[in-house]
Amino acid sequence: MADQNPDQHPTGPKPGHNGARRTFLKQSTALTAFALTPGPVLKAAGSAWDEKVAAAIEQVPLRLDINGKKYKLSVEPRTTLLDLLREQLHLTGTKKGCDYGQCGACTVHVDGQRINSCLTLAVMQDGKKVTTIEGLAEGEKLHPIQEAFIKHDGFQCGYCTPGQIMSAVACIREGHANSEGEIREYMSGNICRCGAYPNIVAAIQEVKNGGQKV
Amino acid sequence: MNQFQYVRPTKQKAAIDAFGREADTQFIAGGTNLLDLMKRGVMNPTKLVDINRLPLDRIDRDKGTLLIGALALNSTVAEHPQVRQLHPLLGQALSAGASAQLRNMATVGGNMLQRTRCYYFYDTAMPCNKREPGSGCGALEGYNRMHAIFGFSDKCIAVHPSDMSVALVALDATVLVSGPKGDRRIPFGGLHRLPGDTPQRDTNLEPGELITAVSIPDNPFTKNVHYLKVRERASYAFALVSVAAALHIENNVIRDARLAMGGVAHKPWRLTEAEKSLIGKLATEATFRQAADVAMQGARAFKHNAYKLKMAPNSIIQALKQAAAVA
Repeated sequence: MADQNPDQHPTGPKPGHNGARRTFLKQSTALTAFALTPGPVLKAAGSAWDEKVAAAIEQVPLRLDINGKKYKLSVEPRTTLLDLLREQLHLTGTKKGCDYGQCGACTVHVDGQRINSCLTLAVMQDGKKVTTIEGLAEGEKLHPIQEAFIKHDGFQCGYCTPGQIMSAVACIREGHANSEGEIREYMSGNICRCGAYPNIVAAIQEVKNGGQKV
Repeated sequence: MNQFQYVRPTKQKAAIDAFGREADTQFIAGGTNLLDLMKRGVMNPTKLVDINRLPLDRIDRDKGTLLIGALALNSTVAEHPQVRQLHPLLGQALSAGASAQLRNMATVGGNMLQRTRCYYFYDTAMPCNKREPGSGCGALEGYNRMHAIFGFSDKCIAVHPSDMSVALVALDATVLVSGPKGDRRIPFGGLHRLPGDTPQRDTNLEPGELITAVSIPDNPFTKNVHYLKVRERASYAFALVSVAAALHIENNVIRDARLAMGGVAHKPWRLTEAEKSLIGKLATEATFRQAADVAMQGARAFKHNAYKLKMAPNSIIQALKQAAAVA
């Protein structure tokens, strides 16, 4: 299991912090510990104690498989899956468009299903398998949908493209790519402000009709 | 987003106990609406009880009913063979809602509990009696083109946004609830409330009550059904007006009918009088026009939503025609 390396992720918790916090959580819940600590001790320890308690409340452990790699993480409960990917793990292929589930730029697969990563908390996905745009290609070999997007010019500025591609792969896998109309309906959760829709549909149709494994 | 305490129980009782008496606790399942509202500061719970580990996602046929667990995903229910076979109206309504990604996240329980998309509710700089009781209704004299034409009050003119709920109220569903005081069953029409003087309460659920399932009785509406959703773009938008229409037709005579509208009231709007007017009649456009007239009695528009007074009856006629396959 590859623990998150704090050195590679400067925004992550500092070395040593994790272990102490986990032990602390194991012994009791933070709140109970706080309640059981005699007042004078708290007073004597001053603000340093408060910070430790606060940190214990704020961070929760989380295990995820992301693009085939196992992560043992520690996150604030309010961290969305999108922010975890981008800010903590620096997997910036997944884009933050609206951050309110209206544009689809943040689309990833969780246990094989496409979802908006901006509208789920990372902790809610504990133990799940996440695939992002970075996990789609096999080494240097692009995924057929990625190839088709290039061939059909399925983008202009490219910002929505990772979400479009993750959604397109799911659209075919779900069996919702049987006609132009069906593709448009089942891709409607991904907005492209450049208006590359006809080319996106063409790319999906080519892969679907080509019968390639997606 | 504000900080909150997060717990993830694996047992139903533990989830209900975890809710406690704290007013700021929320259950979270799909999170597609709650997190949206938390990011905007519209809802600020101090504790989230994640119910995703509870075993509440089953879909079972039992004693003449289809029982759908509260955690069944919208996408799963929409494509479930028994839903498509027994309650195609529900499948159509679910497929008309949100996007493929959101349907993979949103649960049945959460869908019916989603909050209104009224701009004044969402914008914390604006007055809203639902968000902040007593602050006033920004929509009443404001930009109210999405708003209610039935059942509103001078405190709130917002509409309920769910498509699924429009089908469920038409299908006489029952909501199964578990709470600190035990289990109870709520007829779907009694789940949501009209705004009255307390628009801050969307539903008749008590604090700490958890929706565990929805039950739909068998019915003859397996063929002549249609969910019509009128919106500003072809897909992925909330309804201006929607209609759930279900007919049981024998020899071109309507034996039974179900009719409900979305986008017109603070709750999914069942049209029982219009249903009665259909029964025993021939399935023709004239019959449907007359039902639409009955359905629209008591409708009243505001400055910017008068179009709904035409759009709603036209949508009823259209939905009934498509359900009956009348050209």
